[in-house]
Amino acid sequence: MAIDKSMNVLIVDDYKTMLRIIRNLLKQIEFNNVDEASDGAEALSKLRTGNYGLVISDWNMAPMTGLELLQEVRQDNRLRATPFIMITAESKTENVVAAKQAGVSNYIVKPFNAETLREKIEKVLAHA
Amino acid sequence: MHEHPAAGTSEAPGRLGALVLDIPQHDIAVAERVRAILGGRSLSVAEAALLTEIEDLAATVASTRAEIVAMGADDINASHIPSATDELDAIVTHTATATDSILESCEQLEAMMGRLGREDAQTLQDAVTRIYEACSFQDITGQRITKIVAALQAIERKVAHMIGLFSPSGANGRTSREPAGPASLLNGPQLPDAAMGQSDIDALLASFD
Repeated sequence: MAIDKSMNVLIVDDYKTMLRIIRNLLKQIEFNNVDEASDGAEALSKLRTGNYGLVISDWNMAPMTGLELLQEVRQDNRLRATPFIMITAESKTENVVAAKQAGVSNYIVKPFNAETLREKIEKVLAHA
Repeated sequence: MHEHPAAGTSEAPGRLGALVLDIPQHDIAVAERVRAILGGRSLSVAEAALLTEIEDLAATVASTRAEIVAMGADDINASHIPSATDELDAIVTHTATATDSILESCEQLEAMMGRLGREDAQTLQDAVTRIYEACSFQDITGQRITKIVAALQAIERKVAHMIGLFSPSGANGRTSREPAGPASLLNGPQLPDAAMGQSDIDALLASFD
């Protein structure tokens, strides 16, 4: 199934450097419509007013964490089907389990490489 | 513990009086209370032993106070920890600035790729991608440093509590109650030996399917 790379992608991270890195890596794989948010609350606000085909979020942010954002997304009737990839340094089993139980589409542990990002995005969007 | 000379004699109140002269003001009240309880009678062997224990304890407290004053424990909170925290903050700021500079250069290189042949453009693209991947270190180190700062702040609270308990003035005491800790799932980056890799996480996710 062909992936629509013109979709809007929302990347969420409280480190501006990380947002810039992910944006540039997405650009390399031809996702050019990329928007940014610096925490879960800002992301949720953008998601509720915008139209995004994919969310790529960090976990450890304040005031709303990536997990809380994921839970809010999955409880929102309009947003619940939005593919959601967690990219985080949180690599404990309980983190992965909690994210999966909250409905994460895929999980990437930092530090990650461009190939892993591309592979996970393709896998998630193929099943969307 | 040393043998108390007052056991079984009427010297006990006098010995207690000497003790009162040797100890700080707020301990005098305790000693006077003991003397009032005795009411001038002789100490039994058990009471004498107890008094000796109290003397030893008072001596230990006095010695600990003197050591805390001598080591300048106040400096730990007043200077050392804030200084270390500032240095760590500076590391985060400087690495972020340096990383942004590297990323900007990479973006300029990417903008040039259209002017290169296909093979050279691909080589440049691969190199830039590896730089992007490597630059994510700044996020990881930032999170690690945040964990260190939190540990320093915990030490700061413990030191303040200790100073409050043992300092002569007792004025610096703070509650030892810990602030609400981070949510149990916010652990930050794991050390390499303890961390799950991407393949481990993939396998764990697949186990749900």
